[in-house]
Amino acid sequence: MDILFSNVKELVEIAEKEQQPISEIMIRQEMLLTRRSREEIIAQMENNLAVMESSVEEGLKGVHSSSGLTGGDAVLIQNYMKTGKSLSGELLLDAVSKAVATNEVNAAMGMICATPTAGAAGIVPGTLFAVKNKLNPTHEEMVNYLFTTGAFGFIVANNASISGAAGGCQAETGSAASMAAAAIVEMAGGTPQQSAEAFSIVMKNMLGLVCDPVAGLVEVPCVKRNAMGAAKALVGADMALAGVVSVIPTDEVIEAMHKIGQSMPSALRETAKGGLAATPTGKALEAKIFGKDKESRDTVTK
Amino acid sequence: MKFRSVFEIIGPVMIGPSSSHTAGAARIGLVARDLFGRQPEWATIHLYGSFAETYKGHGTDVAIIGGLLGYDTFDERIRTAFEDADRLGMSYEFIAEEEEMDHPNTAKLVIGDKEGVMELIGISIGGGTMEVVELNGFPLRLSGHFPALLVVHDDRAGVIANVSNAIAAQDMNIAHMEVGRKEKGKMALMVIEVDQVVNDELIEELRALPNVTQVSTLAN
Repeated sequence: MDILFSNVKELVEIAEKEQQPISEIMIRQEMLLTRRSREEIIAQMENNLAVMESSVEEGLKGVHSSSGLTGGDAVLIQNYMKTGKSLSGELLLDAVSKAVATNEVNAAMGMICATPTAGAAGIVPGTLFAVKNKLNPTHEEMVNYLFTTGAFGFIVANNASISGAAGGCQAETGSAASMAAAAIVEMAGGTPQQSAEAFSIVMKNMLGLVCDPVAGLVEVPCVKRNAMGAAKALVGADMALAGVVSVIPTDEVIEAMHKIGQSMPSALRETAKGGLAATPTGKALEAKIFGKDKESRDTVTK
Repeated sequence: MKFRSVFEIIGPVMIGPSSSHTAGAARIGLVARDLFGRQPEWATIHLYGSFAETYKGHGTDVAIIGGLLGYDTFDERIRTAFEDADRLGMSYEFIAEEEEMDHPNTAKLVIGDKEGVMELIGISIGGGTMEVVELNGFPLRLSGHFPALLVVHDDRAGVIANVSNAIAAQDMNIAHMEVGRKEKGKMALMVIEVDQVVNDELIEELRALPNVTQVSTLAN
């Protein structure tokens, strides 16, 4: 089967040779691999974009999960932002609040679009709907943003992992933040190589991040990891646009992430047995939410 | 290549909270139902690794039941799958296993009714994507990316040729094909992923072939 790219080096080379943005190369590869028409592919991505927009809107109204662990923070951050006292800047906080909004909806079993996973679903839309206000992209450019994130995610998923159970949180929010950084660069007019640099800069700062959800719920610390993932994506994109490059090539950074994931103990890979999940408060919350300790968990029969 | 589409990265659109533990789990249930060909009357679900440890918080259990009821990842009825199963008379049992499997997110579904029983092992590999790795004891690799034909047959010369000829006669292209058997000369399983949805005419034709004992399909 023909494939245009299977790593970042090939992706950047083909984009530069064809004088096309990364998003366009992703669309072409999708047509090749799935034998679907360009129109069908774009329509599906437009639908995903619409879902993301409605998740952000819903979260900004204020939602709470049934466990009571998360909810309402997106509103708090938006309100603070509007006071004009923000130290880190309005665009950055806007992205953070919109990432949080999406993950709060996810935690409340609402409808979201996974990017690349549900636990990391806030970062891509959070950054997109914040950067939108500054760069004023066309609808097509917003859809392209998603194809660019997808191109990088596709490479990570095939060459490493996007699963917290397999690779820890670095594989989930780490991938999402790096993918978003690459797409911000493209939307802001950077080169394909600069997108790759942004990806590397962010991923290098996500390496080693473990998956340790309290009570096994996609809430604590997942929602706040999406918040910080969005912030890192923006900073990483700015650094790459400024001309900063990564000493370690992107594909090697991805390989490093993969190997770190493989050497992570299972307690730190989405089993809720280590890290924050194993803190006294984490365990107390688990006992409170499920009414009993995990150790005495018995079989549910109906 | 485990992931073949951008929509496995940007997508699926789904009910939260976890792509691997909710959406991937729903898809394992849905594929099991498709392969079984009808609504099962009962289901025993064994969960391993991270699935066993965190299934309650992630709604893995309601998602698998939702899948067995025919709900896709974005179907809001997943939230009420237990109640719906009770109403439809499907009984179910979840067993959290201690055993370590190759993949941390593994589920074994044993489903059945008065007519028959089917056992399927599925893994959720991230971002809502899953693979079936074992069916009725046959190791296989089925992604659900493409429509697929599963043909149980006697391990005899010529069966594979007959099946692929019948598919070719429908002007249908085979995307991926795998043949496995438990023991030489006994029962074997062909897994054929195709580019188009399989029509009933072809299924009937395959069922009529010598040495073919069972044909089931998976729509994409």
